Amino acid sequence: MGRDVEETNRRMLRVRDAMDRDYAQPLDVPALARIAHVSQAHFTRTFRATFGETPHRYLQRRRVERAMFLLRETDRSVTDICYEVGFGSPATFSRTFHEIVGRPPRTYRKEAPRAAGAVPTCFTKAWTRPST
Amino acid sequence: MFTAITHSQIYVLDQDSALDFYVGTLGLEVNTDADLGFMRWLTVNVPGHPDRQILLEKPGPPAMSEETAREVRELLTKGGTGGSLIFSTDDCRKTYETLRARGVEFTDEPTERPYGIDCGLRDPFGNNIRFTQPKP
Repeated sequence: MGRDVEETNRRMLRVRDAMDRDYAQPLDVPALARIAHVSQAHFTRTFRATFGETPHRYLQRRRVERAMFLLRETDRSVTDICYEVGFGSPATFSRTFHEIVGRPPRTYRKEAPRAAGAVPTCFTKAWTRPST
Repeated sequence: MFTAITHSQIYVLDQDSALDFYVGTLGLEVNTDADLGFMRWLTVNVPGHPDRQILLEKPGPPAMSEETAREVRELLTKGGTGGSLIFSTDDCRKTYETLRARGVEFTDEPTERPYGIDCGLRDPFGNNIRFTQPKP
């Protein structure tokens, strides 16, 4: 029993790592289930049981976290940033961003604080990711 | 007061596989591999730096209950124990290519950061490892 859970966890972590790394790619459930070597039917349920949220929501938070970074640290347009982080349309991007961050992208850009430069980026990424 | 950090600890699921990975794949060297009877004390270090060791500890009884060990193992495999190691390297991209050829699972490709070129990977158990080529 325990070993099965460990094996399943490790597969789900491998998928979450893939989302962290390839968030800008069009990652759908079939693609993610293939990385985990499990059936599509099991994948979403298992991921949610492991990490407490659906893979879709995790990927949204990952993309929004990168968008927040680009809004803060660059002068690129909101539309550019939308496609850069993997959203398919500016309307979906704005709606998802607002829903997760509580503010639209342009307002966030005006108000956001800048991150500390000396802290390892992996920690900054994980801790500045918006909550579910 | 304190003068150095000599030991850090992470959990591993299996110490033989841990040796394969940390020594065989990452190129660290065994500092101490001692059967103490009650536990296998297994530490590794960066070659040439035995003053700083990493203890590769297998969670289990009697140090912790079977129940707790099972929870630790489950947390570890979902990346939740917090075990984290950061190494420095003189050539991040070259080290990345070398390790990739050895089948290492990377979480981040070499990327320019304010502090240098940085890279991320997982050990076979779920621990988070990074290495950085610091900015001169």
